[in-house]
Amino acid sequence: MTGGTTGGTINWTTDEMMTIAAARGLAETPTCFVGIGLPSTAANLARRLHNPELVLIYESGTLGAKPGRLPYSIGDGVLAETADALCSSVEVFNYWLQPGRIATGFLGAAQIDRYANINTTVIGDYERPTVRLPGAGGAPEIATSCREVVVIVRQTPRTLVRTVGFVTSFGFGRGTGDREALGLPGAGPQAVITDLGILRPDPATCELTLTDVHPGVSVETVRTATGWDLAVAPELRVSEPPTAQELDVLRALEATRRAA
Amino acid sequence: MARFTDLAEAIADLVHDEDTVALEGFTHLIPFAAGHEIIRQGRRDLTLVRMTPDMIYDQLIGAGCAAKLVFSWGGNPGVGSLHRFRDAVENGWPRPLEIEEHSHAGMANRYLAGASGLPFGVLRGYRGTDLPRHTATIATVTCPFTGEELTAVPALNPDVTVVHAQQADRAGNVHMWGITGVQKEALLAARRTLVTVEEVVDSFDAHPGDVVIPGWALTCVAVVPGGSRPSYAHGYYERDNAAYTEWDPISRSRESFAAWLGSIGAVARPVPA
Repeated sequence: MTGGTTGGTINWTTDEMMTIAAARGLAETPTCFVGIGLPSTAANLARRLHNPELVLIYESGTLGAKPGRLPYSIGDGVLAETADALCSSVEVFNYWLQPGRIATGFLGAAQIDRYANINTTVIGDYERPTVRLPGAGGAPEIATSCREVVVIVRQTPRTLVRTVGFVTSFGFGRGTGDREALGLPGAGPQAVITDLGILRPDPATCELTLTDVHPGVSVETVRTATGWDLAVAPELRVSEPPTAQELDVLRALEATRRAA
Repeated sequence: MARFTDLAEAIADLVHDEDTVALEGFTHLIPFAAGHEIIRQGRRDLTLVRMTPDMIYDQLIGAGCAAKLVFSWGGNPGVGSLHRFRDAVENGWPRPLEIEEHSHAGMANRYLAGASGLPFGVLRGYRGTDLPRHTATIATVTCPFTGEELTAVPALNPDVTVVHAQQADRAGNVHMWGITGVQKEALLAARRTLVTVEEVVDSFDAHPGDVVIPGWALTCVAVVPGGSRPSYAHGYYERDNAAYTEWDPISRSRESFAAWLGSIGAVARPVPA
């Protein structure tokens, strides 16, 4: 993947920019329910760079995990060894997630649509799918019980689609008012961080809108990589390029997983 | 009181064709050895239940043991797809696989209801998702006190639950620690139970996340050192991450999967139409 250059000397990739942008987005939150896949790297980076007090909660029942290396999966033993507390599956969903104790739900996606609904179940017909994906896991309740949701996904027209064929995890449904009609607490998805930029829901329509592009990425590139006619915010921002420190810490973190 | 037995005898006694069977474990303490014994003994028409079906369920499904899967997330953690599972769902090979699909919160509450002797579990779940359109075991119930509409899911009561634990004592009490997922609820929800353990000890020491199941609540205990490899047993051995990566190419083709079956002393048997 192409990327850019920091300080005239350090090259970075679009994946690194995505992870760093996501970690910056977790600078203020006190508690984060960490989904499987890309979220885990960014959440651990945030704890190292911007938010050392960030409480990481994994659905394996590890509360306050502080892994010294990147976990290989959400049930990695390093999470149990470094957690403040261990609890059962029943407890993590019923006691910790459901009552709204967790500020930020951080999810990946196979597909996400213009109203931030996520599909991780099937591509094609449910009974005779073209591609059978892993399924829901903890995501449907993470998406509806946390006070806000952040999504991280690599952006292509196949992943950012106009309408998902299957709603595994609810975003804004078909637009304004649908969350309220379902009685959902929390603000829902507030940022979708990709390798090209950041999309946020339009305050009036809840449709995902391009608010930030990463350095060196054109609006046209982002629009081409989106499966609907992507609207652009009036005041489009350009992400700060990764700093040398951000890149150093991220690369050291990723090296710990390769060594595992 | 739990009966100590060897693994092959326990599977022969407890797991029958057409049973509903849960082999639980969340990345940790996955009862691989017991699953392989089920494959070797050629069980058929099982309804397999698990929150996180991973490699061992891929193996059971590819071997033709399962008619149905009740689950909430089916993948190879940190690697990708379960190819035998996908071949069964997408192509009906080696036989069609009926699926009953939930979320983790729903599955956890189904086991909790089963362990509690209640007919259903209740949660705020599945809101806005398409799962209830395809899964008949997701319904709603109105709270009699507040009028709130809540999600109801039926109790799970497996015929057999199998888990792996670190230790048993000589009375058959079982001790596990670290990430223990939904194993306690899955055991207490089941009609019959088997716990494979790393070793038998005289007494238990304290560890983070301790769960102790009284032996009088269990059916069988079998001593199977390494019984959860290539997953891990906290305090005994690490996860063999390479084995999960290597499973990907093995499971991609029906031929390489058949060769793998031979490697555990099982045979690929044609499934009657």
